[in-house]
Amino acid sequence: MSSHVYPAPHFRSFEQQHEASELGMWGFLCTEILFFGGVLCGYTMYRLLYPQAWVHGSELNSLWLGAAMTVVLLASSLTMALAVRAAQLGQSKAIVGFLAVTIALGIGFLVLKGYEYYGHWVHHLVPGFNFSGYQAPDHPQVALFVVFYFFLTLLHAVHMIVGVGVLSVIAMMARRDRFSAIDHGPVEIAGLYWHFVDIVWLFLFPLLYLVGAHQ
Amino acid sequence: MTNPEWITEPLAPPSYLNNGYGWRSWFLTTDHKRIALLYLISITGFFFLGGFFAMMIRLELLTPQPDLLQSDTYNRFFTMHGVIMVWFFLIPSIPTVLGNFLVPMMVGAKDLAFPRLNLLSWYLFMIGGILAFSSIVIGGVDTGWTFYTPYSTTYSNTHVLWMALGIFIAGFSSIITGLNFIITIHTMRAPGLTWFRLPLFLWSTYSTSLILVLATPVLAITLVLMGLERAFGIGIFDPALGGDPLLFQHLFWFYSHPAVYIMILPGLGVESELISTFSRRNVFGYRYVAMASVAIAVFSFLVWGHHLFVAGQSVYIALAFSFLSYLIAIPSAIKIFNWMATLYGGSISFETPMLYALFFIGLFTIGGLTGLFLAALGIDVHVTDTYFVVAHFHYIMVGGMVVAYLGGMHYWWPKISGRMYPERFGQVSAFLIFIGFNLTFFPQFILGYLGMPRRYHAYAEGFQTLNVMSTAGASILAVGYVLPLFYLAWSFFRGPLAPTNPWGATGLEWKTASPPPTENFEETPVVTEETYRFPVREEMLV
Repeated sequence: MSSHVYPAPHFRSFEQQHEASELGMWGFLCTEILFFGGVLCGYTMYRLLYPQAWVHGSELNSLWLGAAMTVVLLASSLTMALAVRAAQLGQSKAIVGFLAVTIALGIGFLVLKGYEYYGHWVHHLVPGFNFSGYQAPDHPQVALFVVFYFFLTLLHAVHMIVGVGVLSVIAMMARRDRFSAIDHGPVEIAGLYWHFVDIVWLFLFPLLYLVGAHQ
Repeated sequence: MTNPEWITEPLAPPSYLNNGYGWRSWFLTTDHKRIALLYLISITGFFFLGGFFAMMIRLELLTPQPDLLQSDTYNRFFTMHGVIMVWFFLIPSIPTVLGNFLVPMMVGAKDLAFPRLNLLSWYLFMIGGILAFSSIVIGGVDTGWTFYTPYSTTYSNTHVLWMALGIFIAGFSSIITGLNFIITIHTMRAPGLTWFRLPLFLWSTYSTSLILVLATPVLAITLVLMGLERAFGIGIFDPALGGDPLLFQHLFWFYSHPAVYIMILPGLGVESELISTFSRRNVFGYRYVAMASVAIAVFSFLVWGHHLFVAGQSVYIALAFSFLSYLIAIPSAIKIFNWMATLYGGSISFETPMLYALFFIGLFTIGGLTGLFLAALGIDVHVTDTYFVVAHFHYIMVGGMVVAYLGGMHYWWPKISGRMYPERFGQVSAFLIFIGFNLTFFPQFILGYLGMPRRYHAYAEGFQTLNVMSTAGASILAVGYVLPLFYLAWSFFRGPLAPTNPWGATGLEWKTASPPPTENFEETPVVTEETYRFPVREEMLV
C-alpha cells in the first residue's frame, strides 16, 4: 500500500493534480525552449554571416564521438520510456531497473562529453583561455563557433546533470514503493524532462558536428 | 457579577491572518495569501528605495549645473532607479501581490497549483533583489538598466556582473510565478467556471503570465552571455572578435519589450474590475476586452525592433516594426473604448479605487498615444534618447501601472486585511498623486521635444523652469505615495472591520469572508453565471 493515496490537499482529485503537474512540466519545457532559443538565435545569425568559419569550426569536433553520444542518449530515452510504462503498470521493481539503466547511460554521455572537452583543452581549443590550437583562416570567427559549441553543450550538460539527479531521487522513491498505477505523476514528469534534454541534443548534434560534413 | 471581557468580546473567525503567528508560519508558509503579503512588504520596500533614487535624480536636475551629484554618482543612481523599479517593483507588483492573493480565489480554488514553488519564487526574488541592490553598496553600476554592450562588457568599471546575477536569479522567480498562474487558471477552475466566465483580471493575468514565461528565459540567457563576454572576452558581442553588439540589443529587447507589457497588462485587468464595480455595470464587450489582453501579449513579441530605430537596423525591418507597433495600439484602444462604454449610463461613485481607475484612463491614454509618436520612424529619430521618451514610459509605467496597482490595493484592501481604509485620506492621496504625477512628467514631454537628452546630470539653462516644475511635482508625488503607506498600515490594525463585500462587487473573492479563511472557501463554489452581473440599467431606473 503506498503512503499517498490522496491528492495534495489543494487539489480536488488525482486527475486534477496529475493534469496540473503535467501541464506545469510542459510549460517549463516551453521556457527551456526559449532559454536555448536565445543562444540558437545568435548561432543562426553568425552562421549566416560566417558560413565558412562554421564549417572549419565544426570540423574541430569528432564526428564519431558526437555520433556515439547521440546513440547513448537515444538509448537512454528508450529506457526512460520503458520506466514510465512500468510506472503506469504499477511495477515498482521495473521502474527502478529501467531508471538505473537510464541514469547509467546519462552518466556515460557525460563521461564521453568530458572526454571530448579534455581533448579540446589539451589541443588549446578553448576560446577565452587558450585558442592557439587553431591557426588557419577566419581565426576569430572560428573561435566564435567554438564559443557557441562550448556554451550550448555546457548548457545541455548542466541539464543532463540535473536530470541524472532528478532520476536518482525518483528511483529512490520507486524503491520505497512510493508509486502506484494511479499515482505515479513524478515518473512521467521526470520522463518528459529527460526526453526534452535528449531532443535538445538531437538539435545540437547536427548544428555543432555536421556543418562541415554537410558541405 | 458582570461578564468578563473575553466572554462579551466576539471571537474573530478563523482566517489566514490569525492562522499561526510565529515566524515559521510566515517564512515557511505555502498559503498564497500569506506569500502575497510577503511580496507586498518586499516590493513596497523596493518601491521606496527606487523612489529615493528618483528623488535624488530630480533634486540634481533642479539646477542646470552639476551640484548635488557627480556625473559618476548620477549614472549609478539612474541605473539603480531603473533596475529596482523595473525588476523589483513594476514587474512583480500586481502579479505577485494581487495576482498571488486573487488568482486562486477568483478561480474558486484553495491555493495555486504549486504552493511550494510559489514560496520558492519569493525567496528567489529576495535573493535577487538583495544582490542587485547590494551592488550599490560595493560601488554601483553605471550602464543604465539596459546593460548595452559593448559598454557593459568592455568599458564599464562597475559591478555589472554582480547586478546581472541578481536580475538573473529574480528572473526565475518571475518564470515560476507565471507558470503557477497559467497552470492554476488552466486546471483549477471551480465547476462551472468556463473560460468566458473568468473575471477580466484573470484574462490579463493569464496574458501577463504567458509573457513572463516566454520572455524571461531569453533575458536570462542574454545576461549569461553578457556576463561571459565581460568575464572571459569570448567575443559574442565584441566586433573585434567577429561578434556584433547589436545582437545584444535584439536579444535584450526581445525580452524587454514584452516585459513592458508585463508592466501594464495586469494594470489593465485591475482597471476592468474597478470600472465595472464602481459604475455598477457589466463590462461592455467582455469578450473583446478579454481577447485584447491576449492580443497584446501576442503582439508584444513582435515589436521589439522599435527600440533599435537609430541603432543601425535595416530600414525595411524598421518599417515593419513601426507598422507592428502601430498595430499593438489597437487592442489597447479597444480596452479604453470598452471602459468608456461601461461607464456610460452607469451609476458611478467616486470611492478611492474609482478615482485611481479614472486617472488611469487619462494617463494611460496619454502614455499610449505618445507611444505612437515614438513608433513613427521620423518622429522617433527626433526624440530618441530625450526626455520625451522618459515622459512617455513614465506615463505608462507610473501613470498606468502604479496608479492601477494603488487602485487595486485600495479596492481589495478590505479583502486582504479585513479592514476598511480611511476613505477621505485615500481620496486626498489619489488626487495628490494625479496632480504630482502630471506636474512631474508633463513638462518632460516638452523638455524632450525641445531636445533635452536623457541620462545627463547637467543641462542648458533654458530648460530650468520646466525642470523645476518637474522636481516640484515629484515632491507632491512623494507625499501622495507616503500617505497610503501610513494610513493603510494603520487600518491594517485599527481600521473598522470590513464586511464580506463592501463594494457590492461581483466575483468569487467577494463571496467569502474578509479576511478569507486559509482554505479560501468553506466549500468549493459552483459557478452558474457570468462574472459581471449587475442589475441592468433599465431595472435600476425603475
